[in-house]
Amino acid sequence: MEVYLDNSATTRVFPQVAELMTKIMCTDYGNPSSLHAKGVAAEQYLRGAGQTLSRILKVSERELLFTSGGTESDNLALAGAALALRRQGNHIITTQIEHPAVLQTCAYLEANGFRVTYLPVDGYGRIRLEDLQRAMTPDTILVSVMHINNEVGSVQPIAEAGALIRRMNPRTLFHVDAVQSFGKERIYPKRMNVDMLSASGHKIHGPKGVGLLYVGERVKLQPILFGGGQQRGLRSGTENVPGIAGLARAAELLYGSLDEDVERLYGLKRQFLEGVSRIEGVRINGVPESGIGDSAPHVCSVSFGGVRSEVLLHALEEKGIYVSAGSACSARRPQPSAALKAMGIPGELLSSTLRFSFSVFTTQEEICYTLQQIYSLIPMLRRYTRR
Amino acid sequence: MFTAFLIKYAEIGIKGKNRYLFEDALIHQIKYALKKCGGRYEVHKSQGRIFVDILEEAPGDTASGEACGEIPGESLGKAPGGAYGEFDFDETVAALKTVFGISGICPVVYTEDEGFEKLCETVIRYLGDVYPDLEQTFKVKARRARKDYPKDSMTLASDLGEAILEAYPQMRVDVHEPQILLNIEVREKIYIYSMTIPGPGGMPVGTNGKAMLLLSGGIDSPVAGYMIAKRGVKIDAVYFHAPPYTSERAKQKVVDLAAALAGFAGPVYLHVINFTDIQLYIYEKCPHEELTIIMRRYMMRIAEAIAGQTQCQGLVTGESIGQVASQTMSSLAATNEVCRMPVYRPLIGFDKQEIVEAAQRIGTFETSILPYEDCCTIFVAKHPVTRPNVGIIRRHEQNLAEKIDALVEAALAGRELIVVGRQ
Repeated sequence: MEVYLDNSATTRVFPQVAELMTKIMCTDYGNPSSLHAKGVAAEQYLRGAGQTLSRILKVSERELLFTSGGTESDNLALAGAALALRRQGNHIITTQIEHPAVLQTCAYLEANGFRVTYLPVDGYGRIRLEDLQRAMTPDTILVSVMHINNEVGSVQPIAEAGALIRRMNPRTLFHVDAVQSFGKERIYPKRMNVDMLSASGHKIHGPKGVGLLYVGERVKLQPILFGGGQQRGLRSGTENVPGIAGLARAAELLYGSLDEDVERLYGLKRQFLEGVSRIEGVRINGVPESGIGDSAPHVCSVSFGGVRSEVLLHALEEKGIYVSAGSACSARRPQPSAALKAMGIPGELLSSTLRFSFSVFTTQEEICYTLQQIYSLIPMLRRYTRR
Repeated sequence: MFTAFLIKYAEIGIKGKNRYLFEDALIHQIKYALKKCGGRYEVHKSQGRIFVDILEEAPGDTASGEACGEIPGESLGKAPGGAYGEFDFDETVAALKTVFGISGICPVVYTEDEGFEKLCETVIRYLGDVYPDLEQTFKVKARRARKDYPKDSMTLASDLGEAILEAYPQMRVDVHEPQILLNIEVREKIYIYSMTIPGPGGMPVGTNGKAMLLLSGGIDSPVAGYMIAKRGVKIDAVYFHAPPYTSERAKQKVVDLAAALAGFAGPVYLHVINFTDIQLYIYEKCPHEELTIIMRRYMMRIAEAIAGQTQCQGLVTGESIGQVASQTMSSLAATNEVCRMPVYRPLIGFDKQEIVEAAQRIGTFETSILPYEDCCTIFVAKHPVTRPNVGIIRRHEQNLAEKIDALVEAALAGRELIVVGRQ
């Protein structure tokens, strides 16, 4: 049995998406900037994608940019806004548990004269609004907070943070990295006072190599890519037509049945977490006391005391179960997860933590099978440890 | 501009009646290395030397960058991109520099004999093309192999020298230590060459039997394999993996290292042994401080068993005295005593830094330092024994008597064979 529980790393592409993309690549392969009919046909796909996504987010089509992925969206949002707002101030606020695409861009901006405040999180991986309020200064040009954390699945109070920022300094821009939440939650940037929002294609059963950045009308961005002036000069380069169309199609499919799917995901998460908590010495991360409903529907972070996460990962792999230790983007450089550290997870559990992430393809049967395998592996692995 | 390479070899030259065997092996290895390169070649023996003729030349190809006859050592480990397209001088030289047995590579220009005037023109053009700076001393060394050529060797050399001095007044003759030694050989064609690019030396792989390398993901063992292969020994390898404690990536890393080795040593037969059960059994039954030593003793036994089945005549390890607890003199003695086959340890007197430098030179270092755990490190004790007593170790191995033979047999039977680097 093959059970793929690493959907926060990447997801299986919907067959409808692959079909559409094949058609675009093999038949409607024109350059949307070309004057002839082939180009016009390609442009139609871009328009269609823009319309779909703007309806989902309840924004205007002109407020959407397509990028090469979540990383580029985050880079363009942060660097683009900071460089454009240089004269207004030099202070940026973000959190300690952001994705490296945000943290490294902040490090770059720090090296270039900006000041960055990194908000701490509580034991469940959530920022406190008081901390945000205290960090805000008249110099603060930008706040960037992720919606759902990729490693532990904690959910940040985006709407509350948005309202707070708007109240304290209406000129401060608010960016949200929604790579993990897009396709899992209804997100309306305008209602939430969000000025920029990043999303990615391959986390929502779309293709890799394509991302989305919502940029509200009032935001002035400085481009970070230069070239032919596509996408209003903000993101030069021939548009990735199959990718963009694929992303929009995937989003359309997900949002078409979102409520049922999310409810089902919470059911699976409940089943799984109840199952693992029967094992002694297990700690569940990122689920607050108020209940599972206040954490992400699809991410489970579990620490198995006395077992090295890498070993359990490979042992599960032998049973056909694919999970993740830390986030996939950093698993090649094994180091304790920054998010787990920021949450105050005890040292010995840092390297014993696995992430199980579900998708609409995940079934109850798969969860049962996974639990069974974990039950039989944990005692075996605990017997052989480094003495 | 060059039309061939003259291959110089050092040690083969002093072989006696077996010399042809070494030369044939060298030709075989040269052909293997050139498969990776674009262009077409003919490799042949002539007058006791080996030539690589370039059958087509890339348009506008010049090799002025190599004018000083030196190519930086860093290109040594790089595998050329693949056998695509046209001949490329640098690509071909890089490939030849991976062939053990070659001590020097001389790029040669062949020219037809169309009279002395024409030869002077060709030689003068050659010097101008190859050496951007001609303010150097030179000597012409002529060899008249075809005796019906009108000028004898001495006359040819001095007449050419005169013509060169006339064309390039900035050049000076120095017959004792010339900066440029210009060779002119008159055969059915006339050969012109003056540069020698150093080769890796050693002896052609396959001329000295075969050995089994214990290959881990570390820095040392690939270098050890390189050094033994350099002496003409074909290399097979054995890797011990311990899933789920070691990952698929750790195994891929070893395959990559074997591929780097195959760049010099020809195809490597890599035997992958699943060591988990043996390791866990030792872990359960033996004192923890002796785990590594006992584990290594079983690795040696298994390696020797495979070596015996595959016509290997020795084992090769990357050990160096005192590097870690399992490589002290007593530990080496303890691991050594389980083998009847000779165990070659070419790095035995090397410092770590020297091994690292060698790994960088042969291009395995970057792969070796990828951070995947291998089976030697997973259960390692905090304080492993550094002076194991062979008697005690043997006694503790008695604890394993019940199941170990069956486990070893199962590991041998279940081994996976990966052939790396076959073209």
